[in-house]
Amino acid sequence: MTLTQHDIDQEIAAEHAAYEKRVADGAPVEHQPRRDYAPYRSSVLRHPKQPPISIDVTKDPELVELASPAFGERDITEIDNDLTRQHTGEPIGERITVSGRLLDRDGRPIRGQLVEIWQANSAGRYAHQREQHDAPLDPNFTGVGRTLSDSDGFYSFTTIQPGPYPWRQHVNAWRPAHIHFSLFGTAFTQRLVTQMYFPSDPLFPYDPIIQSVTDDAARQRLVATYDHSLSVPEFSMGYHWDIVLDGPNATWIEEGR
Amino acid sequence: MTKIDTSRPETVLPTPSHTVGPFYGHALPFPGGDDIAPVGHPDTITLQGHVYDGEGNPLPDAFVELWGADPDGNLPQVDGSMRRDPASGGFLGRNGVEFTGWGRIQTDASGHWSARTLRPGARGRSAPYISVCVFARGLLAHLFTRIYLPDDAAALAADPLLSQVAAERRDTLIAVDQGNAAYRFDIRLQGEGETVFLEFM
Repeated sequence: MTLTQHDIDQEIAAEHAAYEKRVADGAPVEHQPRRDYAPYRSSVLRHPKQPPISIDVTKDPELVELASPAFGERDITEIDNDLTRQHTGEPIGERITVSGRLLDRDGRPIRGQLVEIWQANSAGRYAHQREQHDAPLDPNFTGVGRTLSDSDGFYSFTTIQPGPYPWRQHVNAWRPAHIHFSLFGTAFTQRLVTQMYFPSDPLFPYDPIIQSVTDDAARQRLVATYDHSLSVPEFSMGYHWDIVLDGPNATWIEEGR
Repeated sequence: MTKIDTSRPETVLPTPSHTVGPFYGHALPFPGGDDIAPVGHPDTITLQGHVYDGEGNPLPDAFVELWGADPDGNLPQVDGSMRRDPASGGFLGRNGVEFTGWGRIQTDASGHWSARTLRPGARGRSAPYISVCVFARGLLAHLFTRIYLPDDAAALAADPLLSQVAAERRDTLIAVDQGNAAYRFDIRLQGEGETVFLEFM
């Protein structure tokens, strides 16, 4: 049977209602998506059924996971954070500046860590061989960027506004425009891969991937804010997006949590 | 709300995870990601395995990150895992001398991955292990597990995590010795023989 948007809408609504009921019954707020989220069909065979084993990091400060791999100036080039300058010509589309801070759960900046991004071009096409969407490729846009956070945790990218794209999970399935982010903290426990969205995208209610974050406030934290002070005159539109890495780090031990 | 006010701790809440999706292949994997061991190092080990889904099918669109201590049990704070060429913008590969302790390895079309790294030394109360983070299309949040090496039965028996795991599942965390310093470690995301995954509190 053909899977329709209506089918997925009903499943999303049911998952959302189930979450609201859990919270109303006293369950904790869920900041993270559940790995078992059937409206996103690819999750069905790819989530563990056994609960994870909990490790209390305060019991052993020597855990490998409490340190993080290091990255430095050797791992990036000067124009890695400007995705509009990686080819001989100018990419097509609306130039944007995306900037924000990388923070830990205590609001402290994470300094000198690797921030990686990847995204579709302005037509909604990835420069990836297996991508079958027939929107045009842009010979002047690869859609891959890297940078290191600065001494206050700030990162900044210049890129092109990505387009939304269809993805065939169900009939008329469209992904809202997004930029993928990969992040490291001061501990490997804080590793994060996620997606940043743009304000007021009309596709949000239909997309099972953003809706996999069933908590309304948590989902809002994936959406950047338009920030006129980040817009560059005669050049780009500015978006601000702060990132807070979950997971314990070594300072939790120092503070005796 | 994506501007965080760090003077108000109640507003500092975690950014949710999302799947890496299917199209990270031109962005995240890099040449030398699997070549973590310095060239010719006597403590080099080879790790390899498959990543499987709940029906036992291998995943061609997953990647693993390995993070581990050096043979003395020290955690490197050395950059240069993905050294770049400022002239071309491409990758130079590792320098073959320094050990960064970290690598990223994409599964191939048959769902197989392999890496060469250094045999980790023990730290703290744990038996020697390499931390593993698994990412895949379909996986809404990455998964942590550990690769323990099988060589020291006494250390494994005393390991705090392994002691927490039911006996019938413990072997999913211990690599299989294949001889010649090579070890096999398969990752099963779901179902029979499901790998033990970890959360840190």
